[in-house]
Amino acid sequence: MARTLVVVGNGMVGHRLVQALRDRDAAGAWRVVVFAEEARPAYDRVALTSYVDTWNPLALQLDGAEFDGDDRVELNLGDAVVGIDRQARTVTTASGRVQAYDTLALATGSAPFVPPVKGSDLPGCHVYRTIDDLDAIRDTAERARTGLGRGAAMVVGGGLLGLEAAKALRDMGLSPHVVEFAPRLMPLQVDEGGGALLKRLIEELDVTVHAGTTATVIEEDRGRLIAKLTNGVELDLDLVVFSAGIRPRDQLARAAGLTVGERGGIVVDSGCRTSDPHVYAIGECANLDGKVYGLVAPGYAMAEIVADRILGGAATFPGADMSTKLKLMGVDVASFGDAHATEEGALEVVFNDAVKGTYRKLVVSNDAKTLLGGILVGDANDYATLRPMVGRPLPGDPGALLAPAGGSGGGVGVGALPDEAQICSCNAVSKGDISEAIVVGGCDDVTKLKACTKAGTSCGSCVPMLKQLLTVCGVEQSKALCEHFDQSRAELFEIVRVTGITTFSDLIGKHGSGRGCDICKPAVASILASLGNGHILAGEQASLQDTNDRFLANIQRNGTYSVVPRIPGGEITPEKLMVIAQVAQDYGLYTKITGGQRIDLFGATVDQLPGIWKRLVDAGFESGHAYGKALRTVKSCVGSTWCRYGVQDSVGLAVELELRYRGLRSPHKLKSAVSGCARECAEARGKDFGVIATENGWNLYVGGNGGMMPRHADLLVSEVDKETLLKVIDRFLMFYIRTADRLQRTSTWLDAMEGGLDHLRDVVVEDSLGLCAELEAQMAEHVKGYADEWAGVLADPEKLARFTSFVNAPGTPDPTITFREERGQRVPVLLGTPEVIAR
Amino acid sequence: MTALAETVWVELCPLESIAREQGVAALLPDGTQVAVFRTHDDAVYALGNQDPFSGAWVLSRGILGDIAGVPVVASPMHKQHFDLRTGVCVDDETVSVPTYPVRVVDATILLGQT
Ligand SMILES: Cc1cc2nc3c(=O)[nH]c(=O)nc-3n(C[C@H](O)[C@H](O)[C@H](O)COP(=O)(O)OP(=O)(O)OC[C@H]3O[C@@H](n4cnc5c(N)ncnc54)[C@H](O)[C@@H]3O)c2cc1C
Repeated sequence: MARTLVVVGNGMVGHRLVQALRDRDAAGAWRVVVFAEEARPAYDRVALTSYVDTWNPLALQLDGAEFDGDDRVELNLGDAVVGIDRQARTVTTASGRVQAYDTLALATGSAPFVPPVKGSDLPGCHVYRTIDDLDAIRDTAERARTGLGRGAAMVVGGGLLGLEAAKALRDMGLSPHVVEFAPRLMPLQVDEGGGALLKRLIEELDVTVHAGTTATVIEEDRGRLIAKLTNGVELDLDLVVFSAGIRPRDQLARAAGLTVGERGGIVVDSGCRTSDPHVYAIGECANLDGKVYGLVAPGYAMAEIVADRILGGAATFPGADMSTKLKLMGVDVASFGDAHATEEGALEVVFNDAVKGTYRKLVVSNDAKTLLGGILVGDANDYATLRPMVGRPLPGDPGALLAPAGGSGGGVGVGALPDEAQICSCNAVSKGDISEAIVVGGCDDVTKLKACTKAGTSCGSCVPMLKQLLTVCGVEQSKALCEHFDQSRAELFEIVRVTGITTFSDLIGKHGSGRGCDICKPAVASILASLGNGHILAGEQASLQDTNDRFLANIQRNGTYSVVPRIPGGEITPEKLMVIAQVAQDYGLYTKITGGQRIDLFGATVDQLPGIWKRLVDAGFESGHAYGKALRTVKSCVGSTWCRYGVQDSVGLAVELELRYRGLRSPHKLKSAVSGCARECAEARGKDFGVIATENGWNLYVGGNGGMMPRHADLLVSEVDKETLLKVIDRFLMFYIRTADRLQRTSTWLDAMEGGLDHLRDVVVEDSLGLCAELEAQMAEHVKGYADEWAGVLADPEKLARFTSFVNAPGTPDPTITFREERGQRVPVLLGTPEVIAR
Repeated sequence: MTALAETVWVELCPLESIAREQGVAALLPDGTQVAVFRTHDDAVYALGNQDPFSGAWVLSRGILGDIAGVPVVASPMHKQHFDLRTGVCVDDETVSVPTYPVRVVDATILLGQT
């Protein structure tokens, strides 16, 4: 009979334990019963602050959090465990249930520490730990907003979490004051010099910092809160958030007589076992080697250990890397190793650039030969190279490592690192693991490395190192488009854009070699089209196009084509529907509704295409570009016009977007959707760019994909008006068109981008490269220059003449194309492949 | 005796009805389909029109180019390349398509049949 594991706490670590056990327990030896105090399935607490962008709890939910379809897992939400009887091996829950266990795992996490400030329990005082906490903060903030002027808030605690809370409050439209007892912000991670710069950079973002002081009392005064600080300052506030550290939730264990640490935390051994061999503790409630780890990675390691142990393994805790790198309100902060030079005789090398706003410190051994740790503020690009070097001989003079030329550790490459060095600390992947995946596993690009080793899949800061490792391992990261061009697609795009070259012959003559091929020809044709060079079948361009573009239709397996007229936003009148139906009937075309809310007509031969399109164009249809690497459709839900839940007119916006970007040629196809409310019926987050309506505007998501490699789109901007939305989409699309590789969808483009989403946002929202005006102008050109491709063919006898099946027998249908009937429609008779002719 | 293997040249179409670096399909009286290509230097080649990998009669609609100096057409179905001169598939030399003799006389394309 299966044994029972009871898990108390369904936070990030508890959830990981259940997942790990279910993954490994193929024999089904264990049944898992989870009790969760919170009423929602496990979510990404690390990303809690991003909840403010969407207010959609589902966006934070962890993968597989509901254990749908797994009858070995029983998830009890909103039912906390209130007692443990270790003799009887049972737990009792708040609802009165008594559940027996064979093994018990405590994953109760920690609770925010609220310092003893008088008035800390007044309404308007909050903590910052759960989704419910943020909902409560939002409630108070909204009431504040109805008052006069900008609301004010105090955050008690200037550590990592306090600054995150300050960011959330600022995003909610309040002016935050951060009060920190230590003389500087983030005292655990940065030193005085770094703290000073951090304060300056944070204050530039409308956050007031009060360091070296603390609040003594909070009083209620006519519906507002007044906080008095020890330095004499009085703050007039709408709300207060306490974020002054965490305390492990060990009360349950304490009451059950388990050993707890002097400063709290359930004491466990290196196998995560408590003083009772039937009870484990993991995550932030555990005290291992006298330490309570406040980060998720060590917690995950503990979860994996317990899963292993429960199944008879002997895994032990490998020790944890407490290095951190984060971007706080756009300010880079990183600290790693012995950042505070606590080691005997440690030396510090500091490079402080007040003008650029960067602070960089390395801590080295007293002979200056070994790197011990460091701090980077303002620019943490070198974190990825420097962190794995901790504890290892320095490849050169420490000063040289800090040289601001940087970008890759001032010339220190990943090659200098030993095999054990951890490259991806989020997922514990070593340089050796990665090299092996490259050399033995045959991973020859970053995307494959990510899939195969998990490196670079969490925070992404090691992606540049993955690229370097590929080079070190001799994988030629050739950016050459094909044998005819040494340049990448992005480089060719720049050449065409800057030189104004308008033909393939000219380009290959000046910048390539040979005559071209089926790789470079369509790629260059697409570049020429993106930059507006007339009809895609004009002159030489026709010879560059893949068959789909050349016949403006999609080739199917028997050599016939399918036809997709544009139906913007999926909105169509009955009259137009009837035209499509009539054309399909007259030509005997198989019809099918597509996933993009339009109609696909199959089975047309090359010589039928002009006749079909003549009728469609006459009825007001135009090309749907289903055949092109171009904008396909902008799908929509019915939106506020009809739907009782809709908050905006999603169809109207979808139509507008589709008409704006129709015909836009890009490195790969582009799909989009607009949803009229957070229910997301249009599935916008599975699109290259997707828009979701909110009460106050539109949220824009980018980089989504369905298909073979599904990826949820990332939130780029939130709650913007339509004008801003269009501007940001214009820039996003043009930036993608300029810089992506051939056949690279926005999802992989974004995944491979150094700096990821933050960088993208810097470029297309903050305009960090000063490109935005140019990108917008280019899109304006496209919008102005758009003309229907099919109308263009019908108006040009020369182009029309190419639509014949046989050059010597125009009008003769292709005798090899035959149909049979299936479910009332015509489908192709499959062609036999000829017998292979041996040489 | 008459030479049985003598080549008969059949008129297909004017050279100008094929754009440079493109192909067209031609239908022979016996129902055979031939893909005729005109390269950048006005050389003309003819291959069987059937793509041996997919079975579809579409090779004439492929993109022309060169691979390591060899003039090729890429199948529009799955992009295998065929040597325009020999019909051999560059990506899998065990596969090939038939070739036909062609020549251009007075700007007219003639196809040889035996
Ligand atoms: C705003 C914020 C930002 C953060 N940023 C980072 C970061 O950048 N990097 C990083 O590594 N870490 C970060 N952390 C810390 C990280 O979230 C934690 O390390 C991680 O969540 C710990 O997981 P856990 O499962 O141990 O605890 P938790 O996630 O807290 O889960 C514990 C769960 O147990 C439940 N519980 C408690 N008692 C009981 C009971 N008696 N019965 C049933 N259920 C119970 C609780 O309600 C809770 O849901 C951040 C935390 C916050 C709040």
